[in-house]
Amino acid sequence: MSDHEYTPKSKAGKWFNDRLPLLTLANHLTDYPTPKNLNYWWTFGGILTFCLITQIVTGLTLAMHYIAHADMAFESVEHIMRDVNYGWLIRYIHANGASMFFLAVYIHIFRSLFYGSYKSPREIIWIIGIIIYLLMMAAAFMGYVLPWGQMSFWGATVITNLFSAIPLVGEGIVTWLWGGYSVDNPTLTRFFTLHYLIPFLILGLVVLHIWALHVPGNNNPVGIDIKKPSKDTVPFHPYIVIKDGFALLMFMIVFAFFVFYAPNILGHADNYIEANPLVTPAHIVPEWYLLPFYAILRSVPDKLLGVVAMLSAILILAVLPWLDTSKIRSAVFRPLYKQFYWILVADVLILGYMGAMPAEGLYLLIARVATAYYFLHFLVILPVLGLKERTIPLPLSITEPVLGGSPNMAMAKKKESKIE
Amino acid sequence: MSDKKPERRDFLFTASYAVGAVGVAAVVWPLVDQMNPDASVKALASTEVDVSSLKPGNTITVLWRGKPVFIRRRTQEEIAEARSVKMEDLIHPEKDEDRAKNPEWLVMLGVCTHLGCVPLNDKGDYNGWFCPCHGSHYDTSGRIRKGPAPWNMEVPKYEFVNANTIKIG
Repeated sequence: MSDHEYTPKSKAGKWFNDRLPLLTLANHLTDYPTPKNLNYWWTFGGILTFCLITQIVTGLTLAMHYIAHADMAFESVEHIMRDVNYGWLIRYIHANGASMFFLAVYIHIFRSLFYGSYKSPREIIWIIGIIIYLLMMAAAFMGYVLPWGQMSFWGATVITNLFSAIPLVGEGIVTWLWGGYSVDNPTLTRFFTLHYLIPFLILGLVVLHIWALHVPGNNNPVGIDIKKPSKDTVPFHPYIVIKDGFALLMFMIVFAFFVFYAPNILGHADNYIEANPLVTPAHIVPEWYLLPFYAILRSVPDKLLGVVAMLSAILILAVLPWLDTSKIRSAVFRPLYKQFYWILVADVLILGYMGAMPAEGLYLLIARVATAYYFLHFLVILPVLGLKERTIPLPLSITEPVLGGSPNMAMAKKKESKIE
Repeated sequence: MSDKKPERRDFLFTASYAVGAVGVAAVVWPLVDQMNPDASVKALASTEVDVSSLKPGNTITVLWRGKPVFIRRRTQEEIAEARSVKMEDLIHPEKDEDRAKNPEWLVMLGVCTHLGCVPLNDKGDYNGWFCPCHGSHYDTSGRIRKGPAPWNMEVPKYEFVNANTIKIG
């Protein structure tokens, strides 16, 4: 992105950089021109990187004490909690870290939805993000199985049974996933392997995500392209680094609150009972971050169609750049979209709540309406809205709303040139 | 490409790709198949259960291949109820006579055919079983009557070794 060729100052630096241009990369990341109007919703990329590294570091240390065997897993987790030095801290950070990771990723995704960050030319960044999100769900699900409590066991049973909905080969696939005729030791050991692998896949995708981001550069709250880098941008360091750092500190306060004051509030008490294949807990619910999709699964009365609806609800996001027909990125200039956006936010929250409630009576009815609306938003409202909506005129540049703000285009242009 | 006559080199390319594809498939298959049930898992094929202490109206649950199996000694009312149901009222029509050869004994996998939870005994709208996970109701023959499950609870292969012992598998 930087428009100048970089040469290291020192002789040794130059020698090294000619052979492996790592210093050029470091210089690009430092000088990377960033829109100067980015608000705090843009700090979640950095926060998510922090979450991933936290999960990898705490996960590696937990793996030094955990035993992936159906007879010993539950006890080894209790051993970590009681005997291992600071084991309780590391495990609580890891368990709550998963929730914090999803909290941050949902804010990050909904920021994209509001400011149209998924639109051209940023479709690939968005799709890589959706793949990361899918991998996160897989990692979180398999990680939840490892303590081998009741929720672990029955969550694993229910989720792997989703594949039995596939016609003809479904049962065979489920047996293959289990490595037996039920969730058992072979299932646990392979889940541990994959749970260990996935974060590193995510790390690789994060590199691609950032690489793809650095090609067109950041979107911004007004959603227009950078007109003049010298006026509309600031270098990533120190401006964005400081801002991201401050936001990260605020985020860590929330994180620490859960770890130190409510470490089990986001979990289920049933998971402190060792897995028992003969008894299903009275009320099986996934972790909070999967609840909206769980509600969609349950709101369809047919087994196969329920699974199809749940998967579509996630995969529909991947084609969002083509479903949204509006050329205007930011919701700030789309008065109708802005309202539908907030209805969608409410819809997803309602789905999440319904996912936690028993699937019966009024709860089921509301979940069905909310499911229908979810698909309506993406398949009907977004395509039509882009063609029908009357948008508010865009500012001339990122700088204009601040400095050159004038209802008169000519005046604004004149003022802009004066500022230069 | 399309106008050109195939040359010896094109043949070599195609042959190389074909051999390469077969080689990759041959290497991938063991890596995929290692995840299927292994010999030690398959070896646990059958279980014998002593049912002499079971009174009418009681159910015991035993583990077979890691899955719960319900063995219920049914009361006369339950048998009558199961046998009087019309086939057209069933989601997955199966005669009770076919599910319980000896009407007093119902043996089936205690696994909900929806997503694999263990249904609860003596619950639900049909006096049989009720699955707490997603609300499937089963009747006194273990047949699905209401809810998202697509099939009746499965009846495994079993036999009476003698008057008191059932061999499952």
